[in-house]
Amino acid sequence: MARFGMVIDTKKCVGCQDCVIACKTENDVPDGCSRDWIVTETNGKFPNLNMEIRTERCNHCDNPPCVSCCPTGASHVHDVGNVVLVTHEKCIGCKACHEACPYDARFVNPAGYADKCTFCIHRTEKGEETACQAVCPTHCIYFGDLDDPNSEVSILLNSRKNHKLIPEAGTKPRIFYLT
Amino acid sequence: MNSLSRRRFLKITGFSIGAAAAATSLNGVVKGANKIQDKTGQLPKGIQKIPTTCDICFWQCGAIAYLRDGKLWKIEGNPDDPLSNGRLCPRGTGGIGTVPDTDRLRAPIIRKGERGNEKWVEVTWGEALDYVAAKMKKIKTEYGPESMAMFSHGIGGTFLKHMVKAYGSKNIAAPSFAQCRGPRDVGFELTFGDIVGSPERVDIKNSKCLVLIGSHLGENMHNTQVQEYAHAIENGMTSIVVDPRFSVAAGKAKHYLPIKPGTDTALLLAWMHVIVKEGLYDKEYVTKHGFGFEQFKAHVNQYTPEWAYPITGIEPEQIRESAREMAKHAPATIIHPGRHTTWYGNDTQRLRSVALLNALLGSWGRKGGYYYQTKLDIPAYPYPEYPHSEKSAADNPDGKYPFASSTLSTGLRDATISGNPYPIKGWMVYATNLMQSLPNRDETLKAIQNLDLLVVVDVVGSEIAGYADVVLPESVYLERFDDLNTPMFKEPFVTFRQKVVDSPSDQKPNYWIAKKLGEKLGLKKYFPWNDIEDYLRTRAESAGLDYDELKRTGVAKGVKVPINEEEGAEQVFYTPSGKIEFYSSQLAEAGFDPIPTFEAPDEAPAGYFRLLYGRAPVHTFSKTQSNKLLREQMPENELWVNVNVANRVGLKNGDYIKLKNQDGTISNKIKVKATERIRPEVVYMVHGFGQRSKMMKSTYMKGASDSYLLSKYNTDPLMGGTGLGNNFVTFEWEV
Ligand code: SF4
Repeated sequence: MARFGMVIDTKKCVGCQDCVIACKTENDVPDGCSRDWIVTETNGKFPNLNMEIRTERCNHCDNPPCVSCCPTGASHVHDVGNVVLVTHEKCIGCKACHEACPYDARFVNPAGYADKCTFCIHRTEKGEETACQAVCPTHCIYFGDLDDPNSEVSILLNSRKNHKLIPEAGTKPRIFYLT
Repeated sequence: MNSLSRRRFLKITGFSIGAAAAATSLNGVVKGANKIQDKTGQLPKGIQKIPTTCDICFWQCGAIAYLRDGKLWKIEGNPDDPLSNGRLCPRGTGGIGTVPDTDRLRAPIIRKGERGNEKWVEVTWGEALDYVAAKMKKIKTEYGPESMAMFSHGIGGTFLKHMVKAYGSKNIAAPSFAQCRGPRDVGFELTFGDIVGSPERVDIKNSKCLVLIGSHLGENMHNTQVQEYAHAIENGMTSIVVDPRFSVAAGKAKHYLPIKPGTDTALLLAWMHVIVKEGLYDKEYVTKHGFGFEQFKAHVNQYTPEWAYPITGIEPEQIRESAREMAKHAPATIIHPGRHTTWYGNDTQRLRSVALLNALLGSWGRKGGYYYQTKLDIPAYPYPEYPHSEKSAADNPDGKYPFASSTLSTGLRDATISGNPYPIKGWMVYATNLMQSLPNRDETLKAIQNLDLLVVVDVVGSEIAGYADVVLPESVYLERFDDLNTPMFKEPFVTFRQKVVDSPSDQKPNYWIAKKLGEKLGLKKYFPWNDIEDYLRTRAESAGLDYDELKRTGVAKGVKVPINEEEGAEQVFYTPSGKIEFYSSQLAEAGFDPIPTFEAPDEAPAGYFRLLYGRAPVHTFSKTQSNKLLREQMPENELWVNVNVANRVGLKNGDYIKLKNQDGTISNKIKVKATERIRPEVVYMVHGFGQRSKMMKSTYMKGASDSYLLSKYNTDPLMGGTGLGNNFVTFEWEV
């Protein structure tokens, strides 16, 4: 069974927010809410600076605290790609998952349920690209099966230096940043 | 007539001018290689795809709009379109937000009371157009048709410009020349005999070294360029970034040169000195194609890196190393020409230096450098000839700016103020907010006072619309057809904008407005087509294209031709010498430096900071802020202030502050971004914010307007461009 993950090449990302807007239109994300966002991290003193620009979203962790804390089973691991999803009808909007997520990936949809990135499961389970990946003018987003050693994501992770976000939280995130 | 205007004349009349800019005929058009409409019924139920083109900026990417149950859902790039390659930029992706924009103009309105008080009466289209036609007729009778001027930006202006020409005026200008690209186009044409064009003729995709001077690729989202930039980075391209601000591109550069603003020409001269001195230039290329190289060589001998160091603040070793880096990858090295190049008033000479550095490295006409553009040759619609006018355009009396190769917007404004060479009494303004696109708004207001008619045609309100007599609401690009688009690019192709959804209220497309107004002005013979599709079909078929197929695919391509030496293109230079002019006799004859020299910029008064401005990826000037999808990503601009300066004066991130410029003009309040990413003597903001029109409810007074603070401009004596980089601001604590 596949284990979907994402690899983002920060060398190419320009932080243009196209991924954010494409996600909003693809998934009808409500006004004022976003399932993905851009972070720019700058280190050093002018003019000797280092900068990393990242597109961030739910990490679809292998060890998802948002799933284990959910009192109703709304937050769950989907059988396609091990994607972390929320069953809207089961969600009571208690926000336990918001507290549990170290990445601040969730928001309450005005309709009352916990909302976040779905890895565009409606597209990816048909073998299509995620909306953010398909729109990116820099082609900096890669998506695929981390368990398949021949997938583009696995090959990139084997050949390029990369890091994860907040690994110390122990959630085993499945989004990797190439540096 | 200097060689510039001759060349431009050739281009406009569409003669084939040698291999260089060969217009490709349509024989062998590759039709709809990749079918868009899904004939096999694989589209999910309720989903429709309609090919069109984006109009959120001038790049005009090919797009596909999606309808879901008959309602606009999303928009993506058209994979067949060579500009978008199936991916739109963030503004394009958010383009669907233009339709439900709550600040849209809904119906024609006529001013009630004083100009600029923004009190209106809603009228019918018939009343509005009768009003405009009556005023235009009066202007024609009293002053002649040339006294009606037009300002226009983008492809949507095509039909209105046609109407104004048919009426008898050639006073049609776009701020994109004198306030933007002009110095670049003139500097390159003086050197290579051709302009850079739009899209810029840079083969970033195959480049091995990209040099950006103040150009912030990735923050400006000229789609194809950003795509090629990322592709080249993946292939190991190195880059050198020169900028007083640590831009996104600076973060990806091998060499970041944090230059003192206004001193770029000194750096360019020093780079050329190193490349000549160390023998790193392309000797064969320069010998074969260069004119006046010996004089040039002697001239740059004085510009050592040690000379440039105190001027630019860049260490001599860094100048040498970066020069060697670019030479190492030549000819696949691009010194990027930028786009908005009106900086300090001596910009044509700076851009000529950029052109000459490229020439030394042999990158013009080479793979990974500058390519020879090609274009699909589609005949113009067979209109009757425009009326002849004895008067020349009013923008540049007596050829004051001898190398101005397009009409000067600020020249038309001058003529409107002074009545010299003849009065300008009417302005038609299409899709450009002149209050933000022209510097010194007092002069614009002064000009407006002399007008008998000011008509604005646009999709949303704007500050210039606030001063209009009549405002005509246009349908947004997703609601209309536009003329065929055949850009000069790497391959010949045509894209096609077609209507996707109906306009929500009483908005009308530009072609409808032009035709109706034309008919009221007695210009019926200039509008022989019945409707827009009739016009488009005639044009397409006159080129041997199947119009219905084009409607279905959105893109048709011609046959590729060689675009660089490596592919077999011939090097052709339309300069007086027929070569690359290291020494320009035309400039010498006109009394200008035949080889560029350095001229220092104005210094800031004590306690003032130089105001710099730029672009953000989610907005196009002042026209996108009311689009909710884009506004949400960036609702206001920020003032970048060096963190040490901020600490010293007691400003924190998130504080609001006003700015006062050297002339006492005070801005809206703007949020502070205290950052390491900028030199201490400058401040920076993104252009287009701080709108002051009450029509713009969602964006009114959000952020500050750089344009509002740009009261001073230094005019380029070669071509009339307005250098805007010599404005200085200080903090105004009272918020
Ligand atoms: S560059 Fe962006 S805004 Fe401009 S036409 Fe292309 S997609 Fe539209």
